[in-house]
Amino acid sequence: MVSTKVNLGGLEMATPVATASGTFGYGFEYAGALDYSCLGAVTAKGIRLAPWPGNAMPRHAEVYGGLVNAIGLQGTGLDHFLDITVPHYTAQVKDAPPMIVNIWGGSVDEYAEVARRLTEAAATPECAAIKAIECNVSCPNVKEGGHTFGQDPSVLNRLVSAVRAKTALPLIVKLAPNVPDVRPYVKACEDGGADALSMINTIPAMVIDIERRRPVLANVSGGLSGRGIHPVAVKLVYDAHKATKLPILAMGGVYEAKDAIEFLLAGATAVAVGTATFSDPSTARRVLDGIEEYCTRHGFASVADLAGAAH
Amino acid sequence: MFDAVAKTLAHDEIGAGYRRLVFEAPELSAALAPGQFVHVRVPSLEPSALRRPFSVFDAAEGRVTVLYKTVGRGTLALNGVKPGDEVGVLGPLGRGFPVECDGAALLVGGGYGVAPLHFLARSLKASGHDNVIAFIGGRTSNDLLAVDELRALGVDVRLATDDGSAGVKGLVTDPLDDELARLRADGRKFELFACGPDPMLKAVAMRANGTGAKGWISMDRHMICGVGACYACIQKTVRGNSRCCVEGPVFRATDLVWE
Repeated sequence: MVSTKVNLGGLEMATPVATASGTFGYGFEYAGALDYSCLGAVTAKGIRLAPWPGNAMPRHAEVYGGLVNAIGLQGTGLDHFLDITVPHYTAQVKDAPPMIVNIWGGSVDEYAEVARRLTEAAATPECAAIKAIECNVSCPNVKEGGHTFGQDPSVLNRLVSAVRAKTALPLIVKLAPNVPDVRPYVKACEDGGADALSMINTIPAMVIDIERRRPVLANVSGGLSGRGIHPVAVKLVYDAHKATKLPILAMGGVYEAKDAIEFLLAGATAVAVGTATFSDPSTARRVLDGIEEYCTRHGFASVADLAGAAH
Repeated sequence: MFDAVAKTLAHDEIGAGYRRLVFEAPELSAALAPGQFVHVRVPSLEPSALRRPFSVFDAAEGRVTVLYKTVGRGTLALNGVKPGDEVGVLGPLGRGFPVECDGAALLVGGGYGVAPLHFLARSLKASGHDNVIAFIGGRTSNDLLAVDELRALGVDVRLATDDGSAGVKGLVTDPLDDELARLRADGRKFELFACGPDPMLKAVAMRANGTGAKGWISMDRHMICGVGACYACIQKTVRGNSRCCVEGPVFRATDLVWE
């Protein structure tokens, strides 16, 4: 019997498999299509203080090996999220896994305020499912959630410190893949008091409609996710693990157990399934089964022993 | 919601570019309502390819039937599915049409948009609603689908084609407007149900809103997840950016905002 428990910077996960923000709604949408017992956590879609309309249509384009999206973080705002969404998640999902809440904002103060209120709410029975915060500083599709905070280590450090000051919940920072060297960003998170890193966000990308001679997406460009970005993510996880002791939640092209195991061996403590859920809602189940089978075959008593074993 | 592995029972061409695909999926078939859709995993595409959404032509006796037009990579690959092949079918998804109607039920469809209207017509008839008129439009007679099936249900079918090769020459709203004028002159009630290309849907929604009748409009959008998780299939409504997959695909005409 393989132990599948992992600890992601204070977030106790029954399995090392989570869902990636933006691909799993607010957690309850796939109830009925997936047995959630395979999930160590779900990550809710990015939330900020006020409702946000997102980008114009079209918002996505399928490409070989993945998907380019520019949804633009459409969301209902924090009040609705705490009053309606989280209690609904707990009611709809049997034995609901812990929820990681992905947050973003237009200013450092907004991030900090969202974190403060989430932390306050997490102490109430209605919102007890909230177990961790993931700071989105790397969305390629909105200015505030991306460039402003995730592309400058000193700004990133200020943001992480400000959020840290407002929350005792496990604090995960989601990093951008499109930086020349990930290490200064890792250090900025570490120094700011982050408990864990998540990586990678989508990679900036574009698709052009050659008949119309215009970009397909209304936002002009978007973020590439899916199978094609997996090796890019593996390298960044490997590099980050070398540079820090912070646990890593790895995502980017996890379609089968092999992809997840690569991440774990590169240094991740847990993995998240993202775009793959769209084609197969049971991906997380297949991935967990495969990880356990791998541990058995290679004589690992615990999934936690895999973290960084390729170094 | 079922993530079913369905066996293909039949797959036939029903006109140039249009096909009818029949699955065996008992639980799904029993749960589907008119206007809802299924999200299909196309077997010969790479496993990471997105699913394709299809509205349902009929669901009965353990079977689910969809009509589709070959328009892109996904539907082209779907052409290769043969009887006996297993296909991943997720559903039932979305909000469908109400299977009730105050007065005459006026069904307006274009191209493969006729599919959910057939399911609706059969359900209305089965629930004892006799007064169903279908207005079917297309570029040529070849683009008019399900006409015989609708007539077999006892539906009064009116046709319109761009080239006049079947029915009146013109838009589907031409025979619709004639009927609307008659109904209004007689002071009779009616509701509108529509599925097809966006300009047609807008024209029907305007007529519903202009006459004060209820209009039920089924929007066709590219989708990713089909379950409300990704926020890719947006339609502007009076409530803001609504997801076609869970808040639709059938919307009240008064809720839609046209750009």
